[in-house]
Amino acid sequence: MLITVAGVKKEVKDGLTVSQLIVDEKVETPMYVTVSVNDEFIASDSFESTVLKDGDSVEFLYFMGGGQ
Amino acid sequence: MAFTNEQIERYSRHIILKEIGAKGQKKLLNAKVLIIGAGGLGAPAAMYLAAAGVGTIGIADADEVDLSNLQRQIIHATKDVGKAKVQSAKETMEELNPDVKVNAYRVFVTSENIRELIREYDFIIDGTDNFPAKFLINDACVMEKKPFSHAGIIRFKGQLMTYVPGQGPCYRCVFKEPPPKDAVPTCKQAGVVGAMGGVIGSLQAMEAIKYIIGQGDLLTGSLLTYDALKMDFRKIKLPSDTCGCAVCGTNPTITELIDYEQAECDGAL
Ligand SMILES: [Zn+2]
Repeated sequence: MLITVAGVKKEVKDGLTVSQLIVDEKVETPMYVTVSVNDEFIASDSFESTVLKDGDSVEFLYFMGGGQ
Repeated sequence: MAFTNEQIERYSRHIILKEIGAKGQKKLLNAKVLIIGAGGLGAPAAMYLAAAGVGTIGIADADEVDLSNLQRQIIHATKDVGKAKVQSAKETMEELNPDVKVNAYRVFVTSENIRELIREYDFIIDGTDNFPAKFLINDACVMEKKPFSHAGIIRFKGQLMTYVPGQGPCYRCVFKEPPPKDAVPTCKQAGVVGAMGGVIGSLQAMEAIKYIIGQGDLLTGSLLTYDALKMDFRKIKLPSDTCGCAVCGTNPTITELIDYEQAECDGAL
């Protein structure tokens, strides 16, 4: 199936969960990433149980703390 | 209030813009912006806002200028090392534009002082470098119904979002709560290119100016991310359902400000 990850279209295997995608995408600090699927937040305790569907659009939002 | 001849000349490039004009310039001269953090983000934001003729600029920071700050904090100069950052920032802004009244607050913002501090300002700029401060600013702005610009920079990356009460998610809607101490790099260990502060801090100033003049679309409901190495800007749409947020949602559970524990930064902000 085809999904969009951070604006880039990707072919992934059917039944992929958000947790698996986080591993496949080598997300930095996976414990503290915010995930949205089709403009809805996914609670971190639902990453495991959230199965992605064809056409889904996934965004990873990272903590960025610097500024001084 | 009529412009002086000097003001007409100083602000001529603004006044000629149909989005600003004499009316918009007067709005800027009457506006009050508070910048929290006189560092990598706050320095360029403060300088552009002062140059633009924002009439009252507050700047809050408890630190002194350190030599290692000068790689990015362009509001301070070599002669200012050891001076209070807010004093150095005030001097630079006043030299840049005598129309600007600068209020310098040599304090760390805390749950005790922040609500009173932001109350008299129209727009707040978060130029801090740590999550406890970022969440504190967010929550205080939600509670006081103040618009603010969030930003973060690290290494070659930056992010930006604007909160306006009732117009989309707040910072806590997206990031829930601060990560544990040292779980996410923030401080001097990670490094940052000085120009990152220039790029992102200038965008914060731009958001403040647009808010004041009431023109264009603010970065509400979206997070802008910038990857300098890939030279890639992305405007990521944020979920619009904010009902469940602990601070700005329909049944907030956070009704008092929280002082989270500060990460160790060796004072080298
Ligand atoms: Zn919120």
